[in-house]
Amino acid sequence: MQHNSTEEQRSNGVATLANGERTGSGRRLTDEEFDRYSRQMIVPGMGKEAQLRLINSKVLIIGAGGLGCPAAQYIAGAGIGTIGIIDGDVVEPSNLHRQVGHATSRIGMKKADSLISHLRDLNPLPTYVPYTFPISPDNAADIISQYDLVLDCTDNPATRYLISDVCVLLYKPLVSAASVQKSGQLIVLNCPPTPQGRVDKKYPPCYRCCFRTPPPANTQLSCGEAGIMGPVVGLMGVAQAGEAIKILASGLHLPSSTSNDTGDDPHNLIQPALLIHSYDLNAAPGPYTFRALKMASRKKNCIACGENSPQTLTLEGIKSSNPNYLQFCGLQTPKTILPVQDRITASAYHATRQSGQLQNHILLDTREKEHFSFGSIDGAVNVPFGKLLMKAATIKRDGGNAEEILPIKSAEDPIFVVCRRGLDSQEAVEKLKELGVDHGGKRKIVDIIGGMKAWKEEVDPSFPFI
Amino acid sequence: MAPEPETMPISVDFLGGLETLFSNNPRHTISLPLLNPSDSSPANVGFLISHLVKNHLKHPRTEFFVQDDGHLTPGILVLINDADWELEGEEECELKAGDKVVFVSTMHGG
Repeated sequence: MQHNSTEEQRSNGVATLANGERTGSGRRLTDEEFDRYSRQMIVPGMGKEAQLRLINSKVLIIGAGGLGCPAAQYIAGAGIGTIGIIDGDVVEPSNLHRQVGHATSRIGMKKADSLISHLRDLNPLPTYVPYTFPISPDNAADIISQYDLVLDCTDNPATRYLISDVCVLLYKPLVSAASVQKSGQLIVLNCPPTPQGRVDKKYPPCYRCCFRTPPPANTQLSCGEAGIMGPVVGLMGVAQAGEAIKILASGLHLPSSTSNDTGDDPHNLIQPALLIHSYDLNAAPGPYTFRALKMASRKKNCIACGENSPQTLTLEGIKSSNPNYLQFCGLQTPKTILPVQDRITASAYHATRQSGQLQNHILLDTREKEHFSFGSIDGAVNVPFGKLLMKAATIKRDGGNAEEILPIKSAEDPIFVVCRRGLDSQEAVEKLKELGVDHGGKRKIVDIIGGMKAWKEEVDPSFPFI
Repeated sequence: MAPEPETMPISVDFLGGLETLFSNNPRHTISLPLLNPSDSSPANVGFLISHLVKNHLKHPRTEFFVQDDGHLTPGILVLINDADWELEGEEECELKAGDKVVFVSTMHGG
């Protein structure tokens, strides 16, 4: 069928085909569809049947950010019939270098609405469904159940585990990508969808099979903190669209249990792979720019899809906080490590300075030098947190004068430590005390609560917080 | 003087941002002692990890690679000769000359 279509298109052109040929799916493509999708339909392996499958498909894109924007553009362009976009955030100026489905004129608009307005302009034919709230254990199953395939374009591990679990339970293939700073990753999961608990043969893995435990909260890097290069996350989002189109065009999203329950299902032969993209600001593309790592198939002991998973993961359980995703990812309680007497609010620090009660003191800013270079509080000195830890480790190991950690020599002046949001600064205060820089408690070392973010909110709204 | 310990070459790759902890270099060829000097047991992946921390991890944020107890930070995938290390016994997996070990940090941003 595909072969015939291609031949006919070559000889007669696309329009003839539109008027002439009926498809097995019982519907013709409209002239508009033929015009719009002709260039992808004539690609060997695609054809009209594949295009009709795309038109009849429903794709849910979770997250309308750096991954979701480029993914959605190609999903919409390709003519997927129904496209759901879910995101609770609004468009901010700092999004726009990478979230190219939004616009300067739509800053402040809900991201789901903003992206859909862009997509409608690109292709008015699909049905677009905005969800202007975040996905949660309460709503995930209701929403995901209405789609054929899910793109995970989110930005945090708790949501990633939730989405994967629900996709396993509802038999939905999941195309998952992530990116931070100069690296990106992509993996196709649960495809073809296979019922929970089946481990008699090789079956596709879910997110938990590949990433059994989340990293500790203090090592989870977000794009807001660590930064992100637009083209890196963009490539991953585009690749997600590519995988989704491939799956839907070939019908791979249909559960393997119904398509072929007994025989050798060729779908099972798919080798799961994790694509890693490493971008180097200082080098030309090299042998490690793209790597495909072979991943294992479904794990017997996986709590979401493995042997005993029907007892450990259910849709009802998810709705009643079992599993508890935030706790699992160590995000339940924001860490406060210092007692109150070692802390001061940004506004109280400012007021004390203004009143003249605080003459000589050291204000230590532990943000990265890139952050510091955009602005700092008057008189602040920069010792990036990493450097401080390194110096502390050296002094601990080799001995030496702990005061040398500080760029200003002064044995008595109190020290105030500020960072970006108030976590590193607390650890820095602890480290300095551990090294005896506080002279056994005689010298005050204080953390400014909430960091430069609080400074902007409480003291100086014009501060360029990044 | 004690003789230099006998070593074997092991190829170690760092991906997903981990390379920034190791001199921004995604591929290292390590000369790993054949025996773990602490108990003279054959070198395994656990020993490789402590060897890397001691000799190659130049970055102060060590918690992105190992925890305080010396074990690998959760969220890092390890592939030994292209196979998930869970299938190979994780830290207990013994290494031989020419083995390829890949450490990949899981990303979550988007």
